[in-house]
Amino acid sequence: MSTQPADARVVVIGAGIVGNSLVYHLAKLGWKHIVQVEKGPLPNPGGSTGHASNFIFLTDHSREMTNLTLDSVDQYKELGVFTQSGGIEVARTHERMEELKRRMASSRSWGIDAELITPEQVKAMVPYIDTDIILGGFSTPGIGVVDSLRAGTIMRERAQELDALTISPMTEVTGIDVEDGHVTRVRTDKGDFDADIVLIAAGVWSPRIAAMAGAEVPLTPAVHQMISVGPVPLFEDTVGEITYPIVRDMDTNMYERQHGGDLEVGSYAHRAILMDADEIPSIAESKLSPTELPFTQEDFDLQMEQGLELVPDILGDERVGIRHAINGLLSLTPDGMPILGETPEVHGLWVAAAVWIKEAPGIAKMVAEWMTTGQPEIDPHGSDIARFHAHQTAREHVKARSAEGFNKTYGIVHPAEQWESNRDVRLSPFNHRERELGAMFFETAGWERPFWYASNESLLEEYGDRVMPRTAEWESRWWSPIINAEHLAMRDRVGMVDLSAFVIFDITGPGALAAVQAIAVAQMDVPVGRVVYTPLLNEAGGIKSDLTIMRLGRDQFRVVTGGAHGMGDKKWFRDHLPADGSAQLSDLTSMFTTVGIWGPRARDVVASATSGDVSNEGFPFGTARSIELGGIPVLASRISYVGELGWELYVPMEQGARLWDTLWEAGQPHGIVPFGIGVYGTTGRLEKGYRAHGAELDLEFDLVEADMLRPKVKEADFIGRAAYLEQRSRPPVATLSTLTVDDNTSASGVERYMLGREPILTLDGGPITDAKGRRSFVTSAGSGPSVGKHILLSYLPPEYAVVGTKLLVEYFGERYPVTVDVVGSTPLFDPDNSRVRS
Amino acid sequence: MNILVCVKRVPATAGKITLTADDRAIDTRYLGFTVSPHEECAVEEAVRIVEAWGGGTTTVLTLGPEEATDQLREAMAVGIDKAILLGTDGGEWGAVATATAITDAIRTREAADGPFDLILLGNEAADTGDYQVGVRIAVALDRPIVTGVKGLEVGEGTVTARREAPGGGWELYEIPRPAVVTVKEGINLPRYPSVPGRLRARKKEIERVALDPAAAAPSMIRLRVPVEKESAVEILGEGPEAAPRVVEVFRRLGLIA
Repeated sequence: MSTQPADARVVVIGAGIVGNSLVYHLAKLGWKHIVQVEKGPLPNPGGSTGHASNFIFLTDHSREMTNLTLDSVDQYKELGVFTQSGGIEVARTHERMEELKRRMASSRSWGIDAELITPEQVKAMVPYIDTDIILGGFSTPGIGVVDSLRAGTIMRERAQELDALTISPMTEVTGIDVEDGHVTRVRTDKGDFDADIVLIAAGVWSPRIAAMAGAEVPLTPAVHQMISVGPVPLFEDTVGEITYPIVRDMDTNMYERQHGGDLEVGSYAHRAILMDADEIPSIAESKLSPTELPFTQEDFDLQMEQGLELVPDILGDERVGIRHAINGLLSLTPDGMPILGETPEVHGLWVAAAVWIKEAPGIAKMVAEWMTTGQPEIDPHGSDIARFHAHQTAREHVKARSAEGFNKTYGIVHPAEQWESNRDVRLSPFNHRERELGAMFFETAGWERPFWYASNESLLEEYGDRVMPRTAEWESRWWSPIINAEHLAMRDRVGMVDLSAFVIFDITGPGALAAVQAIAVAQMDVPVGRVVYTPLLNEAGGIKSDLTIMRLGRDQFRVVTGGAHGMGDKKWFRDHLPADGSAQLSDLTSMFTTVGIWGPRARDVVASATSGDVSNEGFPFGTARSIELGGIPVLASRISYVGELGWELYVPMEQGARLWDTLWEAGQPHGIVPFGIGVYGTTGRLEKGYRAHGAELDLEFDLVEADMLRPKVKEADFIGRAAYLEQRSRPPVATLSTLTVDDNTSASGVERYMLGREPILTLDGGPITDAKGRRSFVTSAGSGPSVGKHILLSYLPPEYAVVGTKLLVEYFGERYPVTVDVVGSTPLFDPDNSRVRS
Repeated sequence: MNILVCVKRVPATAGKITLTADDRAIDTRYLGFTVSPHEECAVEEAVRIVEAWGGGTTTVLTLGPEEATDQLREAMAVGIDKAILLGTDGGEWGAVATATAITDAIRTREAADGPFDLILLGNEAADTGDYQVGVRIAVALDRPIVTGVKGLEVGEGTVTARREAPGGGWELYEIPRPAVVTVKEGINLPRYPSVPGRLRARKKEIERVALDPAAAAPSMIRLRVPVEKESAVEILGEGPEAAPRVVEVFRRLGLIA
């Protein structure tokens, strides 16, 4: 941050729940010159906040979103605008009942008080429900409703009391000036405001405002239909806004909630009705408000019938009228997550958009911390605006994925579920080869990546029960035993894998070494030709990322990182390059393609196609250099994410097919198999205990806890060094451990296999919480075909982080015995790493 | 008791009215559609009369495009039994042509099912406001009419209608049935549709009669949005400091000496 909070001039655009929460949190953190611009009148300017249903359910399968929601509830309570009502998600189908068990597990993992209840128990709490059509419910007492407009007013007033805020309502933004890539001014119809920082919290209008500065905010306004019926005779004698728990009718994508004398019925089941930000009417043109569009009855007909089924006593009452019906606008994004952070296009231009009432104050606090110190307490990487690859901001992509995601709002979404729309965007040069081999493609960052190959089906016979076949439908979905067969063949012989989704960029120039030294934890002043795996930290010592860097020349470092988080990593490097221009970043992602080859016979395969020295002495582990392979120069890097001898091989994109064919032919005598990301990302990785960013690694854990310490801390300064030294000086409050399931058999005799995020419990079924208040849960889960066990990774507090400790894991409402096999990063398979170094 | 109610689909306009590029229609991209408040009351009145009589049939009729079936269903959702759409191609129909087409439809329907005891309309359409259709229908059918009605009682053979007299008080009319009455907002408080009402309306049949577009003449050429009077707000100050300026303004307006 070039400017100190007390001096910086900040313009916050928007006075909905997000903008209001932000001016408060910024003021609280010491920002002084805040101008809040709002085109509508206060306190209800006409955006999505004004017509929100304002209820808060606590449990989400995402830990980040759940933590933000819990923090928001605390804030709403402190503001005095929260009314606790309880809430129940009801199930009409057996499949939904199973999903409610999964939500129960997530609640336990994130520390939320909840329980599964019978239809009779639902009826006792919500007497107007027809229990004949439900099988049960998932009840969370801590659920409630808020007055989001009142909350906004209080927060603006608090910012004013701190003498930090000037509010300019009825003021329309007409332009944002950018000079030398940095925002300088906000133009409005009431005059201009000079600005060092501009924060767009304009909800559905955010794309339009950001475009004025040349930045992309890939969200789309979308309709959420809601009706309000009343007067409900049953509610006549109730006091206040809400007495009865809010009901979510999950199977119909609907909710029913009391609002004074009325019942509000909302839906996420209707067809996706998307708009463009430029199509939203002005305040003057709107009958109600710009985000309350005329109700389209035909889209809601089915919902009325379904609502009538669940709540016949109220909705079937002829005296109860539909008093209000709107097509309310809200914001949808292509991946369903908010859009937060500084835009990659313009320095000083921040965005906080696509945020729901339930998480807004928590998000505002997180963004304010991020703006102030760069160190938010809750990790924002899943919501970081920098996460989007270019094609993901394209209008067609945003619309297609938002439409597809809309009906998943209350959906049963498998953790590996694939998007159907807008596929085949980024294809590797071997794509047609992979299709011929019957690849099952999963998408990452737009890349189509084989997860397994139908051509390997014959391996199933070869390995029999060692492939750990699954019979339960849930964990057989988006999975194949072929993955485990590929794993075993790779460990026995040799396999090749498409790694084209890497994000690759070079840091070059006379200041390159100093630049990467300042960012990486690992020593980067290494001989040319070395490959270094390193974490990156933020100033607070939270784990920002982990990646590999090759030193290719005195002044040239090649950074290779995963497609999913690579864009955020790129922004991190770019933001921390020296101001004097002595180091440059160039993105080579679309220039190079990568094939990995690993297994005991990898050297034999490569040696047969090259004249170069690939012996262990001639090409040791942790080095990279160019070799000629099948007549083309290939950058070979001897590292491994699956724990085997082998290389990552980089070639220019147009030579990728040639490389693939060379390896394929050379590999035939050695029994080479193509293998997919199922092995690379899960089975191979977990057997080796390799940590993955976003699963084990994020800002909320540190390197001591992840057991990723180097013996020594380098002398050179780097981001987070002081915090890292401090972390090393004290014992960890939790340590990442490898557990295996002792018995996978369920009560009904089916073998069950956890997929991740499940709670780890003590033998008496109690939750495990570390000294920082974090629950123990499964960060990654998957088969370990070579060890014959189902593997779970989890952070455990010291009293449980002891090899041999017996614990439980909860999965779909049942508990399975597990054993702590490894504390720390020692691999379960090949613990002394002899295979990688052979 | 057999009652017909005539309604008109109109844009639910907000503060600022925008025209389409050819100036021949209101830009309805952001607008819903509705009927005038007078007509909502006419629908409600028809339903109440039949409820009070303990039997009968109510029919709603509109002249408009296929989309006007939305307004017919809204009327059926609050208790109207039957609906007739006199279908146009979407073009604007003048008062004379509209009254003629509706009169023809009434004659056809009455020839088959017997006369309507009462024909209700709104006092005037929400958009064109030309106060003509009800009167023209009554004259063409040679039936008595009372306009601007705010109170209505249907007796055996007669209708008693009440309307506001110029300068205060009420005018009271007693006319023989069958009759035509145009009603004004305030005659009743229309009910909201219930969910079962909506669902029933959705499944009901609508009788459709196609009209000859050529019969629409004379046609509308162009709309013009009248220039809005600019109103300015001047903030004179806040708290006690504002008092002297307020006094000054009051003095200027002659409110105080």
